[in-house]
This record gives sequence, structure tokens and C-alpha cells, in this order.
Amino acid sequence: MRPEDLLCPTPQGLCCPAGDFFIDPLRPVERALVTHGHSDHARAGHGAVLATAETLDIMRLRCGEDCAGTMQAAAYGETVEINGVRITFHPAGHILGAAQICVEWKGLRMVVSGDYKTAPDPTCAAFAPVPCDVFITEATFGLPVFRFGDARAETAKLLHSVALFPDRAHLVGCYPLGKAQRMIALLREAGYDRPIFLHGAMEALTRYYAARGLDIGALRPAREARRDELAGAVTICPPSALQELWARRFPDPVSVFASGWMRVRARARQRGIALPLVISDHADWEGLTATIAATGASEVWVTHGEEDGLVRWCEMRGLRARPLRLVGYGEEEDEEEDQGAAAENGAAAAP
Amino acid sequence: MNRFAALLDRLAFEHARNAKLRQMADYFRTTPDPERGWALAALTGALSFRHAKPGLIRALVAERVDPVLFGLSYDYVGDLSETVALLWPEGPSPRAGAEKAQNAPRLSEVIKALATLGKAELPGQLSRWLDALDETGRWALLKLVTGGLRIGVSARLAKTAVAALGDKDPDEIELVWPALEPPYVDLFAWVEGRADRPAVRDPAPFRPVMLAHAIEEAELAALSPADYIAEWKWDGIRVQAVAGRRADGAPVARLYSRTGEDISKSFPDLVAALTLPGAIDGELLIVRDGRVQSFHVLQQRLNRKSVTPNLLAEFPAHLRAYDLLADGEEDLRALPFAERRKRLKAFVSRLAQPRVDLSPCVPFSTWSELMAARADPAAAGAGADAEAIEGVMLKRRDAAYLPGRPKGWWWKWKRDPFTVDAVLMYAQRGHGKRSSFYSDYTFGLWTDGENGDELVPVGKAYFGFTDEELLQIDRFVRRNTVNRFGPVREVVHERDQGLVLEIAFEGLQRSNRHRSGVAMRFPRIARLRWDKPPREADRLETLERLLPPDA
Repeated sequence: MRPEDLLCPTPQGLCCPAGDFFIDPLRPVERALVTHGHSDHARAGHGAVLATAETLDIMRLRCGEDCAGTMQAAAYGETVEINGVRITFHPAGHILGAAQICVEWKGLRMVVSGDYKTAPDPTCAAFAPVPCDVFITEATFGLPVFRFGDARAETAKLLHSVALFPDRAHLVGCYPLGKAQRMIALLREAGYDRPIFLHGAMEALTRYYAARGLDIGALRPAREARRDELAGAVTICPPSALQELWARRFPDPVSVFASGWMRVRARARQRGIALPLVISDHADWEGLTATIAATGASEVWVTHGEEDGLVRWCEMRGLRARPLRLVGYGEEEDEEEDQGAAAENGAAAAP
Repeated sequence: MNRFAALLDRLAFEHARNAKLRQMADYFRTTPDPERGWALAALTGALSFRHAKPGLIRALVAERVDPVLFGLSYDYVGDLSETVALLWPEGPSPRAGAEKAQNAPRLSEVIKALATLGKAELPGQLSRWLDALDETGRWALLKLVTGGLRIGVSARLAKTAVAALGDKDPDEIELVWPALEPPYVDLFAWVEGRADRPAVRDPAPFRPVMLAHAIEEAELAALSPADYIAEWKWDGIRVQAVAGRRADGAPVARLYSRTGEDISKSFPDLVAALTLPGAIDGELLIVRDGRVQSFHVLQQRLNRKSVTPNLLAEFPAHLRAYDLLADGEEDLRALPFAERRKRLKAFVSRLAQPRVDLSPCVPFSTWSELMAARADPAAAGAGADAEAIEGVMLKRRDAAYLPGRPKGWWWKWKRDPFTVDAVLMYAQRGHGKRSSFYSDYTFGLWTDGENGDELVPVGKAYFGFTDEELLQIDRFVRRNTVNRFGPVREVVHERDQGLVLEIAFEGLQRSNRHRSGVAMRFPRIARLRWDKPPREADRLETLERLLPPDA
């Protein structure tokens, strides 16, 4: 049996004909397995969705209670059978509820990584590689220039800047789901105990993380803060808000952006970022390559990102590798930002 | 080296002057000698060693990284030093930070080694350093050794940060600077109040300059013409020409910019003419066949990296003297201006160098006479030099030479700027406080195109407007965007739709770098012409008529 008989790439996403389901489908389908709650992976309108309980909660929060016909929760490590295909969710370490999905059928084991990272993150369950025959990996940062250091050192940079510029507001651009909450956790872990101000787009999701046990300390909506309170304080907002009208209410703001893209200086410069923080929820080059090795897979498929670099690495090690070139993933930046802007503008409409 | 690298990294992203100052002052405050002194030397351009070629760096990385992965990475990153810094293998324990930091070379070691290393030893030493540094450290090292340290910090700004350590005036640092050498341990000791001021043994020191305030016609009525001496305001660069003798009797001569930077190397022809001990304040100009050339001509000499015999012959540097701060060992700065002027006249004639002459006075007895002279310098005695005149200077006869910009003694009364009505074509977001505003504007004028009249961009302006006007233009840009290119928005510019800007500028020159073929000096927005439809804006031909005949 070829791996393509178990999972095959289609324009709608990865399809499992034997189980009659799709994984992270890009368009509405009858039955979907969803790796995590980012909008490019978790879309509304499917007939039935199987995902972790957290991912389902996040989908309801973002797309409404009726965003899917039926929802079924899968716990990490628990095996569910659909039409004879055995399915197990494993932690992906990407955001709260993120999972790798292992699909087994007739002795063939394939793992779909979804988005993942191997670096520690107090806001979600830790990633662990899953042994398999075929590993289907993301490659957002699939070039050897992407090597992310310790997120705590990046957080220290932010705190140093806050100490150095006590009269300036620090606006930290973070994707509203995952990065924002991790940034808060990193600040708290570093001993920062002052209130952190939040853009409206982060509020509901951050409350959800707190309800799931994350220690977030004192948070306040930025829109209710006086200008002088924002000086010397940290405010977390969607990256797009850094350059929008919203940012004008802040005193002499320092634009900060926490993202793996900040590894490349030109990326930070293009966005007018004064303080880039290399903090990513994706695996870096070493994370990607070490994971491929740890799965023991003899064949690797690359879903999205910088496929060419990772495929080259596999070939150099004698692994079969193919880029799937699925169109539609990795756009979370744009979509998350649109959602973010809408949330705050709605919230800000009330004086 | 890692700390210095972190500073460079922060400075490279920071746009605001005050923030850069704060970053540097923080670094100097928390970094011990001699490391901070070497950093100061690097920031002020006081280091000299032979730079490594990019080919050497490529060869080093080729030994360690697959060429295909290197190629993909370089394509993505777009900068060789940065690509190599990011790609450099981290060794067996990639994230063992603490142990690694111990092996990291200090900036002082790197600089000393670079000054003495032979060509054959450089690659080996470079790779040992790269092995021991973190990513930012590798990036800064590669920028340093290839001579590509571009972080937007002037020598003056770095010195200002040092001054901030001890509440000193930056001019005080300039005064002692020529006597100092890296790593400036005595400078830091003095600034931090742990030692006396370093002795200024410099026989040709810089003296902080006196600057003028701008004045408008209406303000003149309150002043009495008899109290003032008027001179032309020359459109060159303000310099201080100083000569003296070292303890051993050897002559020393230096040319300083108005901020105290030693620019002697760029003007050996003029420095050679400074043969009398003393300090002249004056304007550096290019004079050909007895005629002062426009600023545009001077710029062609300023922009050159190396001073060649051709350059010296084609652009002869000249000093037009307007004040004398020292005559031999005698400090004249406390004397009244009228007295100094007499001494200057005698000094220049004693010096007897054709490259140095006296800036003439403009005779007048009423403000209207002076106004007439300012409007037409050629007829008021400046003759063919009028093109290099940008107004008149007024100096009180009894003014001592005071450093800084003291009020009430010196005035500059600039010629009225040129203006042109142009159409806003593109807008770009600004930086820092203006980061959310569209505050950089590209404007154009009408010209004959293939399909009738079309707008051609002629310049860019990003100041001249009030905060209120900035809000208005920003709103206009957001509502009238027809296209987006990254951070740039194209704004509607049709015959009947668009925004006309009255642009003021100081002068014009031909330029191959602009599609319009002209470049403005100091363009800024004088007024927003909401009342004017774009079709009534000016034409490129109007602008071209303002070009000087020799340019």
C-alpha cells in the first residue's frame, strides 16, 4: 500500500478516503479532524469536527457555538476509530489544545504534525515526537537561518527596554491566540508583576486560557486606561494594531513584535519595529530536523512554509521527501489580524 | 563583544535620536573600561584596520554549510553578514549559553587583533571568534570586519551620550577630544567625576561655535541698524580653521566642522594654506577662477570618499573668513565683534594665502537698504558670487564670541525660498512618534507625456506642516488611496482630484537619480492648497527655468 492510499493531498486539504475524513480542511467538508484553533486550520462550516476539547472551545469562542454540525472531543493519547482507521491525538506544543494527529491503517502509521514547536511553553502541553512511517510536517521556518534562542532572553530584552524608557508605552504585537498568552506567561515568569494592558482582540481568548489554569496576573483592557498609565507599561495587541490609528493614544510608543519572523532583521525593519523579539510558536530549523529524525520516518511530506530547505535536508539524509504545496496555510497572520482589528474596533465604538 | 553587539543591534532598529542616546548612555554606564572606550571608538569612526572582503566570509561559510541551503538562506535574508551570522553552526551543545559567553572574545581583543593580524591569519581567527559568539555577536563582528557598520549614529551623537553620563555639555567633550585616544579611560574618569579633566595638549583645538537665530522682516524694526554689521550669508559649509605649533615646534593645522569633527583629511588643499597660528571661523566654498560656486558644486566634492589630485584641481577649496577666535596664543573671543573683525582683516592680509579671504561687509544704514541688498546681492556688491549667497547675517558690533546659540547677538536673515505648487502622489508612514501617520510625501509636477499631460515625481518632503495639518493630510491619504506598495500608498492624483501642496525649497540642481532630472534642496511643505485643483499645479518646465546655468 502506498502512503497516498491512506492520506492524499487535495485542494481541500489532506483527505483520508478510507476513513472518509479530512485533516484541517480548507473548505467545509462532512467530517473534519482539526489540529488546532488558528483560523487557517480550524474553519467553520464542517458537518462534524473531531479535535481536542480545548480546540473545540476555541472554535466556539471564535466562530460561534454553531460553527460545526457536531463536535467530538478527543483526549491526548486516546484512540478513536473511524471506519477502521485508528486516530490518536498527541500534544504539538504549538498553542493550547494543539495536536499532532496520528493515523494508522493496515499497519501504516502516518503523523500529521499540524503547527508545532519543540521549545518549552507554559501555556500548553509539551510536544513529543510520535514514531511513524510517514511524517507530514509544517515548515514555516524551514531554513537553517531560523534558529530561535531562549524566549526568556527575549523577554529580558523587553523588560530592559521598559526599564530604560519608563516614559514610553511598550506595544507588543502578538497573534491573539497563543502568542499573546505565552507572552503574558513569559513576563510573569520573569517576575514582571505590574498590570499588563490588553487590546480588545485578546480579551476573550486570554480569559479562556486563565480559566484553563494559566496564571496571568493582573490584566486590564487598554481602552479603559488613561494615557499616563500606559507610559512605562506593557500593552499586548495584534501586530496590525501597531501601525493603526489605535496606537495613537499611547505615549511615544516603542513598537515591539514577538514572532519568529523577527529573526531576520529586514523583516523587522519593513514593519517599522523598534524592538524585535524572536519568540515563535513554530519549530525552528533544529526543532524541525531533530523531530524528523526522532519520528524514525522514512518518508517526509512538507505541508507549508519554506519547503525547499527542509526537503533538501531530508534528501541529504537519504529520506524520501516531497513538498505538498498546500495553499491556504500559514496565512494565520493576516486572518488573525483581521479578526483582531474587528474585535477592538467593535469594543472601542463604545466610548 | 556580545554586549557591544547587543547595543549595535538595538541602535540599528531605533529611529529616535533621544532613544539612541539613552541606549548608548545606558551601555556606557554599565560597561567597564576599556570595553566601553573601544565601543566609543567604533561608534565615532576612530578605528582603522584593513577590512575583510565578502569573498573571505563566503569561503568560511562554504566550509560549514551545504551550498544549496546557503543559497536558499541568502536569497531569503538578503544580507551576507546576517545570513552567515544566522547560519553559523552552533557546535555540539547549541544552547549552552553560559559556557559559551565565557569564551566569547571581548571587543578590545577583537580590535587589537584586527590591527595586527596578517592576511593569512585572519580567516582562522575569524572562525574561532564566530564559534565563540552568539548570533548578534557574529552579526556585529562581521559588520565590523567588513566595514559595514551602518547604524545611524554620528560621532557627535556618541559623544553626546558620553557627556550625558556626567551632565557635561557635548561641546566640553569636543574640546578635549583631539587630545584623547581609544579606549578613552581618562575621558570616562573625568565625565564620571573620578578624575580631573584630561589635559588638552592639542595645539590646534576646536572651539565651540557661535550660532545665529533666524529673524523675520517684521522683527527688524525693533533693532537699530547702527548697532549691527551685515555680511553675506554664504551657502557653503561652516568650518573652523585652526593652526598652532606642537611642543617640539612642528606646525599643526586642522579643519573642523561646526560640530567639531575633524575634516582635515577631506581638504588637504585648504589645510596646507593655514600657515599662521590662530583660529578662523568661516565658510568653506569652492572657488573657480575667482568665482564662488553654488552649493551643488561643493556637494560634488563633499560626497567623494577619496581625495584625488583630479578632485583637488577640479574643486579647489576656499575659506571665506568671517571671524577670528584666536591670534597666535591670544584668545580673542571676549572682544567685541567690531574689534575681532579688525584683527581678522589684519590676520588675513598677514596670512597672504589666495585660498583664504575676508568675507566682505554689506554696507547699509537703514533696514530697507539692507532689504534691497538681500533681494539682489549681485547688484549690492556680490557680483557673480551672488549664486552662493542665501541671505544676510547681522552681527552686533559689541557681541563677544559666545558658544551655542545665544539670543540677541547674531541673526540670520535668509533669502525667501523658492516655491512651487505640486501634486501629492505617494505617501509613506513615518517613524517613531509618527509611526501611524502618513507623513512622508512624494509630490509631482505636470509634464508632456505620451498620452498628454502627466505628473512626474520631483521630490519628497516630510516636514514643514503643523500637527493639525499632518492629521488632515493623513486623513486625506487614507481616504484617497488608489494603490498600495508595502508601506507606500499611492494617492489619487487626477486633473480634478487630488491634493496640491505648496512646496518651498532652497535651491535646485540637475540630478540623474530622479526621473524628473532635477533635485530640490530642503524641500518642505509651505501650505496645503485645498483650494487648488491639481490641474492648476505647476509644470516641470517652470522648475527647470530655475536651474542655474552652470549646473
